[in-house]
Amino acid sequence: MSPENAPDPAPVHRHQRPRWALLGERAIEALIRASGVSAILFVAAIFFFVLREAAPVLVRDEFSLGQFLFSTEWYPTSANHVRYGTLALTVGTLSVTALAMALAVPFGLGAAIYLSEFCSSRVRETLKVVIELLSAIPSVVWGFVGLTVMSRLIVKLTGAPVGVNMLNGGIILALMSVPVIVSIGEDALKAVPDSYREAGLALGATRWQLVYRVLLPAARNGLLAAVLLGVGRAVGETMAVLMATGHAVHIPGSILDSVRTLTANIAAELGEAPAGSDHYRVLFLTGTLLFLITFAVNLTADFVVRGIRRK
Amino acid sequence: MRFARTPQVARKELAEAVAKGVFALMAAAMVVPLVLIVGYLVYLAWPSLGWEFLVDVPRKGMTDGGIWPAFAGTLYLVGISLLVSAPIGVMAAVYLNEYAKDNWFNRVVNLAVINLAGVPSIVHALFGLGAFVYAARLGYSILSAALTLAIMTLPVIIASTREALASVPMTFREACWNVGATRWQTIRAVVLPNSISGILTGVILQVSRAAGETAPVMFTGAVFFKFVERGEIFPYGIHEQCMALSMHLYTLATQVPNVRESLPYATAVVLLGAVLLVNAAAIALRVWLRGRKKW
Amino acid sequence: MTAFAKEIEVRGLRLAYGSKEVLHGITFDVYRNEILAVIGPAQSGKTSILRCLNRTTDFTASATVSGTIRVAGEDVQGTKDIFALRRKIGMVAPLPTGLPLTIYDNVAFAPRCSGLTRRADLDPIVECCLRQAALWDEVKDRLESLGTALSGGQQQRLTIARALSHQPEILCLDEFSIAIDPVTTMRIEDVLKELRQAITIVLVTNLTHQARRLSDRTMFLWDGEIVEIDRTEVIFSGSPKSERTRDYVSGVFG
Repeated sequence: MSPENAPDPAPVHRHQRPRWALLGERAIEALIRASGVSAILFVAAIFFFVLREAAPVLVRDEFSLGQFLFSTEWYPTSANHVRYGTLALTVGTLSVTALAMALAVPFGLGAAIYLSEFCSSRVRETLKVVIELLSAIPSVVWGFVGLTVMSRLIVKLTGAPVGVNMLNGGIILALMSVPVIVSIGEDALKAVPDSYREAGLALGATRWQLVYRVLLPAARNGLLAAVLLGVGRAVGETMAVLMATGHAVHIPGSILDSVRTLTANIAAELGEAPAGSDHYRVLFLTGTLLFLITFAVNLTADFVVRGIRRK
Repeated sequence: MRFARTPQVARKELAEAVAKGVFALMAAAMVVPLVLIVGYLVYLAWPSLGWEFLVDVPRKGMTDGGIWPAFAGTLYLVGISLLVSAPIGVMAAVYLNEYAKDNWFNRVVNLAVINLAGVPSIVHALFGLGAFVYAARLGYSILSAALTLAIMTLPVIIASTREALASVPMTFREACWNVGATRWQTIRAVVLPNSISGILTGVILQVSRAAGETAPVMFTGAVFFKFVERGEIFPYGIHEQCMALSMHLYTLATQVPNVRESLPYATAVVLLGAVLLVNAAAIALRVWLRGRKKW
Repeated sequence: MTAFAKEIEVRGLRLAYGSKEVLHGITFDVYRNEILAVIGPAQSGKTSILRCLNRTTDFTASATVSGTIRVAGEDVQGTKDIFALRRKIGMVAPLPTGLPLTIYDNVAFAPRCSGLTRRADLDPIVECCLRQAALWDEVKDRLESLGTALSGGQQQRLTIARALSHQPEILCLDEFSIAIDPVTTMRIEDVLKELRQAITIVLVTNLTHQARRLSDRTMFLWDGEIVEIDRTEVIFSGSPKSERTRDYVSGVFG
């Protein structure tokens, strides 16, 4: 098979790899497979172990799942009348999240539109880096900002007696969620084909009209996913809200009221609850609830995003 | 031919400029608070910042002194968690992307892994408590906390590694298979070398996330205070509890009365600075390696 | 073509992707040292036949293969070492694919996979294959440069060099010329004419004139079934056995 000007090599396809190479490859592939399987196990494990610690309380006579979900009375350490109602905490979570989204969604989408349609590529690259750094700020640092900077600001501007409240938490959560909304929102807008833009411009539309009439509707799914993921981040936030929203477990009357969220409540009380006690188990049950909520929100967002990608 | 600037056109141009201005302001609304906040933090932290702050230990009931034990503790926690999560995460991603068949089971697994990244940090804390502190009987220790952090960062490492692997075009793999290469030979020769930049970036970003998290370590191995002699470079054993930078900030901000005012601010600045530095390094790495793309 | 030994024997080959069958039980032989052209319109299953030959259908989860294929005397489905079998077949894909390695490593890849590691062993193979693919003169001074930086025509010849690097007994080309310029196409056709003296070539093409130029026998595949397989002169003679063949070959459809 070889021409005259080169030596005839041994038939390559009949050459055998040395034993140790074959064994080594088998070992590496076994390791890889094991890692894959273990990853699957860890996924299940998180849910399993949290539920495991919570489960025993579910079968106790004194415990009622209805009360757990729908009662506003949370008195886990009461001497004679223990009650585990998480509704006030759920309302706390929802209200802070709602406030945060009310701030984050307009600003986030506005910034996403700016990045995607209006700004030059230099500015875009810089802004994207800033946003990425913004999203890297640890939760406890945000909480600290809420406790100090934001608290003083709120007291000064609104005259409220205490600066840690729903407003504080809402603003902090908004600042934390905005990067998610901006980056996913920008992806969604970028995914709209240029042909839409060209068609609009050919009809004489300004860029604003293009955005309002063509791009936003076209990117609807992706923008929805962006908002959902922002919500997911806000709902799951722990340390920031723990430090910024105060300590009152009640349904808030105004945005200047203290609230407590589901997440912060677990963090605040877990250290005090004796291991294996009902209180301890109810806190784990709250964790299970949180897991389900955030998992559902993220799964929905994922499906929405896959919907656009498939197109 | 010049187009006339009729009143209609002028109105449109104005509307466009206004729109651009509004959106630019919205973008600025994200950036400006960040700059102001960081500036304010640094300003208030200034009296305490310095080399002494980093290497000294807390003194006078933590109302004064430095943060060395907390800083060292964070290094321990992040280092050990990385040792566990990076290899397992990368290999699991290789398995899922290169070996696993595309059936319903694996698709469910993928879904689960991706969405696990959104689990609240307090739930990770609960998991660590239930699984490592109690079930595995590791007790409150650096090991428990580091393993909790490892499980927390694992799904994201898997997801970002998968993205990096998937960015290598299928045609390269097919070309290798056609000449009789095994899957592993293909991965080692073509897939891994060309996705290593994405993999590294993903891992580095998780390092910074692990360094900043409080809840997962607060209940599994990090403590308010641990006595450490000044000058101890390796102050902990892995079965001991430790202090952590993130937890230390929380402690100083909420649990220590009469603390010197600049102390918590300085702690926040150090934590923030470390996290931002690591992230900036990851971004720089990504940009640099993108320029060296091979196809 | 003195020996009429069979290099490839295909009997009742069926291939389905999920529930959609693309090859409906085809049977044919390929003789040693011949060039067999496989022609037919798009989606008739030409590429699928090649993928069954070297069992790259394994990498598609939904693919189910039945029937028997024997390559160089070995049963493809039941072989113990599929990697060694793949190395008996050289495969050239339609899109020129240089691997993101150096040119040297591109050609040395397959020998390294089979265990050859010393430069003394690899150097002659690399040179030999690049010469056979008519690429040596253009790249001999830059073997350490990136394979993906070559032009399309060069990358296709690099693919051929890679396909030859494991000394296959059969070379399969799948529409190799669709993405390259006519000059390079002619050069590669000359290469094929030279190679056929030592190996067997299966040439899938939708360029009927290319089949006519190069092949000894031609197989006309339509919608997963063999319409006609015969000597090339017969197929292109104007009166092949099947009317459909004549229509396709003369451009009435396709």
